[in-house]
Amino acid sequence: MIKKIATSALVALSLASGAALAAGGEEQHIEDFSFSFEGPFGKFDQNQLQRGLKVYTEVCSACHGLRYVSYRNLGDEGGPHLPEEQVKAYAAQFEVYDAQIDDFRTATTADKFGQSSLENAPDLSLMAKARAGFHGPAGLGINQIVKGMGGAEYIASLLTSYTGEEKEQAGTIFYENTAFPGGWIAMAPPLAGEDVEFDDGHANDLHHEAEDVSAFLMWAAEPKMMARKQAGLTGVLFLILVSVLLYLTNKKIWKPIKGGAKKA
Amino acid sequence: MSGIPHDHYEPKSGAEKWVHSRLPIVGLLYDTLMIPTPKNLNWMWIWGIVLVFCLVLQIVTGIVLVMHYTPHVDMAFASIEHIMRDVNAGHMIRYVHMNGASLFFVAVYLHIFRGLFYGSYKAPREITWIIGMLIYLAMMGTAFMGYVLPWGQMSFHGTAVITGLFGAIPFVGEAIQTWLLGAGAVGQPALNRFFSLHYLLPFIIAGLVIVHVWAFHHTGNNNPTGVEVRRGSKAEADKDTLPFWPYFVIKDLYALAVVLVVFFAIVGFMPNYLGHPDNYVEATALATPAHIVPEWYFLPFYAILRAFTADVWAVQFASFITGGIIDAKFFGVLAMFGAIAVMALAPWLDTSSVRSGRYRPMFKWWFRLLLIDFMVLMWCGAMPAEPPYSTISLIGATYWFAYFLVILPLLGVLEKPETPVATIEDDFNDHYGKAADATPAE
Repeated sequence: MIKKIATSALVALSLASGAALAAGGEEQHIEDFSFSFEGPFGKFDQNQLQRGLKVYTEVCSACHGLRYVSYRNLGDEGGPHLPEEQVKAYAAQFEVYDAQIDDFRTATTADKFGQSSLENAPDLSLMAKARAGFHGPAGLGINQIVKGMGGAEYIASLLTSYTGEEKEQAGTIFYENTAFPGGWIAMAPPLAGEDVEFDDGHANDLHHEAEDVSAFLMWAAEPKMMARKQAGLTGVLFLILVSVLLYLTNKKIWKPIKGGAKKA
Repeated sequence: MSGIPHDHYEPKSGAEKWVHSRLPIVGLLYDTLMIPTPKNLNWMWIWGIVLVFCLVLQIVTGIVLVMHYTPHVDMAFASIEHIMRDVNAGHMIRYVHMNGASLFFVAVYLHIFRGLFYGSYKAPREITWIIGMLIYLAMMGTAFMGYVLPWGQMSFHGTAVITGLFGAIPFVGEAIQTWLLGAGAVGQPALNRFFSLHYLLPFIIAGLVIVHVWAFHHTGNNNPTGVEVRRGSKAEADKDTLPFWPYFVIKDLYALAVVLVVFFAIVGFMPNYLGHPDNYVEATALATPAHIVPEWYFLPFYAILRAFTADVWAVQFASFITGGIIDAKFFGVLAMFGAIAVMALAPWLDTSSVRSGRYRPMFKWWFRLLLIDFMVLMWCGAMPAEPPYSTISLIGATYWFAYFLVILPLLGVLEKPETPVATIEDDFNDHYGKAADATPAE
């Protein structure tokens, strides 16, 4: 019976964390988007990340920063993978404050995207991870195993869940949003559809724009995801091999000790 | 070193003799590695090696992380992101360290419950058990302080809640809380000292582990039958045991490799599954997470902490006889630490003459219930403190204490245990058949 302890421990573990996550998502309707990076073998779609970068640059960046993301990361293979000249040209559009010269200068690829320009707008670097746990109905933890963390779904749902209702409260206008906890959000609908023109001619309706920018923000939050999954896969395959070899070694060593066939 | 008769190291060459007469370190290592081990150990005896591996893994990854981490309230969170984004393989090292803590606790809980089922805590292994409990306490302290270092929302507000527990101690509580935090609230002094202690405690654990291993190398391992190895002569002991190397080293390494397959799958494919999304938001005193939940490995004891609310009669009774000194909050704190204390006292609370649960028909059922209880408490700890979870927690907490304080002492009297198998050799042969040639192959 003692063997069962291991199994039940794992079950309890998934129950406990699933429950913890479920407790956070009350009265929210998160749509289950299907992203390319879900699951153990999921990868970022470079074209999608580049489209998402465009949505971020032209729309979100007006208020929201990405303070932990460096421009040079836009050239990363596991990310948008822009050519070097494009990364340089992208960074050169911006000015950053340099404490050493006590003045603003043109940004280089070594600089970061910078802080939110609007005081109330949260930084988006880690938003996709900070809002994880919303995956699928009731945010059951088990969905995370199957489909990956749900932060990107949350962002995409938020962007597409404005009802059009507004209310004013203490001098601030709130917008009704069925994906936001509490149902009313201070952010005006940022996307309406056809806000940006994609270079690859991809559809630019609201749904697609939201999906692309969410994928981009997932990458911004977890830029090493592809390298991590690769390392995980290599590690798992290597350890399976080691396990098999050790199993055979163990069997051989014990053979002379264990006499006849196993009875029980 | 061991009480079981076995061959000792004999220096052969001149150089070996020269070293041995000055520092018998080779002999110490030889005796440690060749310790006679009951040959009927089952797969629940592999967690010790997993735990040693975890400790080394956490220390090694931790030392690398410290090279890139900044223990400052304005920079800690950013330095973690620096590790995740800019440091070579930093994201893997951090995820391994983060999930390594979970693996550590999975292994320690299985190790503890194995001990509770097979009576490993009973004489003459009480000191091994007590040292083990100290290691477990030190692990909890280390894990808690490590969780503070990323300086996320859950780090910050979790620290406030947990150090607040000490504030519940009557008269001196507030002073203790301030002393722990180095200030009136969670801030720079707390972060700095938790960083210092998070680096120190693992080495204290390492020291305790050496004593833990020393103690059971002296008494010999327990085994699934609970029957002691025969020690009349070396020939007799050899029938019950096999040297640790290579038989158990290889077996344990095989088990470790299998465990690590699962571990690397989690690190590679869902490294944040066991964490809280809120900890990816930088700490701020201005906003509190909707549900402050500790890491999964603290949940059972967190549930016990919250189970004793002011409307529970035991709390009201304690409050009445102490003239209000023990209120619900302090009662909860006492219950939480008490839950671990009663576990540490198991060697003296268990009155049964038979060691292993395998031969105790009634005990088996109570033990199963304890396992279920532990799972239920873990689940309750993750839920909000409201009905029905508070009631379930209270029932769960009550059973936890009843198991150790009432059931274990009574079972020794009420239960009629089965007769254990006469020798470890018999148990092994019952299971695997008698070897044609009983001498182990070298």
